[in-house]
Amino acid sequence: MIAAGHLPLATIVAQAFQPVDQNYLLQARQMQALSFATHIPLVCFGIAFPAMVVFVEWLHLRTGDPLYRTLARRWSKVMAALFAVGVVTGTILSFELGLLWPNFMATFGDVFGLAFAIEGISFFLEAIFIGVYIYGWGHLSPRAHLLSGIPIVITGFTGSWMVIMVNGWMNHPTGFTVRGGQVVDVHPFHALFENSYFWHELVHMYLAGYMVAGFMTASVYAWGALRGRWGRYERTALVIPLTIAALASPVQVVVGDWNGRTVADNQPIKLAALEGLSKTTKGAPEHILGWYTNGEVEYGIKIPNLLSLLAYHDPNAEVQGLDTVPKRDQPPVNVVRFSFQTMVGVGTGLALLGVFYLVAWLRLRRLPRSRWFYLAVGAAGPLAIVALIAGWITTEVGRQPWIVYHVMRTEDAVTGASGIPVGYATLALVYLGLLGAVVWILRRLARAPLDLEESARVAG
Amino acid sequence: MSLAEVPLILILVGLAAYAVLGGADFGAGFWQLPGGGSDDARAIREHAHHAMGPVWEANHVWLIFVLVVCWTAYPTVFGSIASTLCVALFIAGLGIILRGTAYALRSGTRTMREQRIVEEVFGVSSILTPFALGAAVGGIASGRVPVGNAQGDLITSWLNPTSAMIGAIAVASAAYLAAVYLAADAKRVGKTRLVQAFRTRALIMGFVAGAVALGALPVIHADARPIWDGLTSGAGLAAVFASAAAGLTTLILVWQSRFEPARATAAVAVSAIIAGWALAQRPYLLPGLTVDEAAAGRSTLITLIVGIALGALLLVPSLALLFDLVLKGRFDAEAEEPAAAVAAPPPRPQRSLLLPVAGGCAVVGAVLMFFFDSAWLNVVGALFLFAFIATGFVALARPAVASGTDDQA
Repeated sequence: MIAAGHLPLATIVAQAFQPVDQNYLLQARQMQALSFATHIPLVCFGIAFPAMVVFVEWLHLRTGDPLYRTLARRWSKVMAALFAVGVVTGTILSFELGLLWPNFMATFGDVFGLAFAIEGISFFLEAIFIGVYIYGWGHLSPRAHLLSGIPIVITGFTGSWMVIMVNGWMNHPTGFTVRGGQVVDVHPFHALFENSYFWHELVHMYLAGYMVAGFMTASVYAWGALRGRWGRYERTALVIPLTIAALASPVQVVVGDWNGRTVADNQPIKLAALEGLSKTTKGAPEHILGWYTNGEVEYGIKIPNLLSLLAYHDPNAEVQGLDTVPKRDQPPVNVVRFSFQTMVGVGTGLALLGVFYLVAWLRLRRLPRSRWFYLAVGAAGPLAIVALIAGWITTEVGRQPWIVYHVMRTEDAVTGASGIPVGYATLALVYLGLLGAVVWILRRLARAPLDLEESARVAG
Repeated sequence: MSLAEVPLILILVGLAAYAVLGGADFGAGFWQLPGGGSDDARAIREHAHHAMGPVWEANHVWLIFVLVVCWTAYPTVFGSIASTLCVALFIAGLGIILRGTAYALRSGTRTMREQRIVEEVFGVSSILTPFALGAAVGGIASGRVPVGNAQGDLITSWLNPTSAMIGAIAVASAAYLAAVYLAADAKRVGKTRLVQAFRTRALIMGFVAGAVALGALPVIHADARPIWDGLTSGAGLAAVFASAAAGLTTLILVWQSRFEPARATAAVAVSAIIAGWALAQRPYLLPGLTVDEAAAGRSTLITLIVGIALGALLLVPSLALLFDLVLKGRFDAEAEEPAAAVAAPPPRPQRSLLLPVAGGCAVVGAVLMFFFDSAWLNVVGALFLFAFIATGFVALARPAVASGTDDQA
């Protein structure tokens, strides 16, 4: 019915998805970054919060203590609200992949799309069992209800696994051949599952999920404790998330080291940008703070040989410099450096806090009493989100100027449509409103009166 | 049917499911829009809100499913549609954000005024989103989306006569579906006044949706001749007749207050028209681009189809479980049982092997992670570290919680 073209198809498609002249590439990237920065903290709650809720419900079944039931029910309301917001922000992300980067999707959608298909199914199962779990309180047998929570925990993991596998592929693309400007010989299974360059990211992100959700939840009750809200209920609600975050945060240091070495091996220019190392150096130093200009880090505290030691576990190892590639192939150094140092600095602080809490607990068998401890836990939640976002900026801006590493430049992927600034401004306003709405609903849920007596009466 | 067409079938199934289930959710938002402080008006809004509850999230995953299959199996089609129709899709996206947020907020509202604000945002976005998505479909169906990166007109690709009619049909049929489904739900919980209210609404919206569909015919004839030709001949025509017959049957069933079978026939009416669109456009996805030409390589198609088939083994029983629980009224408010008293098992000795095990896992994991270069040994190390976190958590959190005797901050 629709008149067919008479040129060979490959020619039509290749011409139709040529790089375009987009004046607002930076705004498009920022719009995408804004959407990720909004979504990723919610993902952390999707990854880690269900496990905490199910654990508390399990404690109720084990001990019969109605306090745990009250806590699990109240947390599951928070879980439902955050999941609903996570669903819509995630939907926007999948729209934006096409709205902002149509050439990327048109060229490589068939290479990595399989992972998103599996993620879609995983997300589907998550949505189904969230519905069963949230609405099943009091309608299912206690055991069936607990069991309905398990798939939420598992699919939270598999979903993030699939998405991070795509990110790993973007950083280390395999499973296809470029021939005459055409992507041919596509093998999705090879590109994704046989590509080992995502495990470090997945483990790093999964731990980050537990750190963010754990510290953030604990920090709410720490602020409450400082204002005198400190009964058995609040203590329980602080100890469970804090313990899991405290265990995850020192582990994250070891995993972070693994990430650094993997990046050094596979993306040496990204590593050079983390430090601002312009020339290839043996026994490369690391600068704490400072500013990168004209190929040098100024005003930083220099620690000799540290970069070589961290990247290769050898203080005299040779580290590749930024100038081994042309200027146009280098990422923006200061953004990457600053984000990296923020992540490492905050992460180290959180690990110290975690170790302090664990040691205090093992030695004293009680929570620390110092006001400073509760102030630190109160700050740890927001700081964990800062570290999370700084980490993502490090890896994503460090990947620039490539959207598919060494294969497709970000500027060649962007849409030819006009009006990106309008879309960006609109989305920023809407997300500002969304942030306000989330804060509002969480405060409302937190202020609902505790119903301990009622559940105690029911549970006899 | 070729291998290249299989993902298209999956997309159409996803679209039909989204149009029926997601559509009913949009319609439920539509019916929360009218205000009114009377008890009846409030009861109608409450019912429309609560009926969506357990299935709300799942119903909207169908859209993600459609997008994902499209960009995997027909990447150039996805790139072309998303770039040319970016304005319509962005508006739909904004509507989706507003709806999701309003839905999450409603449980926190305390006063009637707060609730009305939330309901109005929800209602307006429940009209905006299906309209924008319908308009995007109209752009594709009327051949206004050429292959390529934003090669079509950013405005007229979705603001045109065909898009306007399909957007209107989407809104009207969503409201119609919702009224039928809400009447059925009201009947299940035995609320006669609500049954009557939604029966009336279903009958009115049924006529409105039918009238809009008839009104669309001359518009499509004038504006999108190829799709008109496809819909008025062969298999396309058969699908249109099937849809019309199912729509009429639904009206008769609603008139007779037989809502459960009406659920099914209403779904058939919506699905048939989506099938009709596909049949009318066959074999083209976009102007000059057939399904076979647009499809990804064999390896991608096969892994995608196998992946979805394996996923369906988990997905279908899970969906069946959810809808079974909902439709049998297991989640209805009246069915809540008091929390069963859980007998506490006898206390166990607190000393356990967990702490030493956790310490061992930490050491083994850190060594594997730190001193080995093989990616696989590193991954095994990561697993040991996870085991450390899990065992450490169980070892520490339970006694910590149980012995919360200090009460000073």
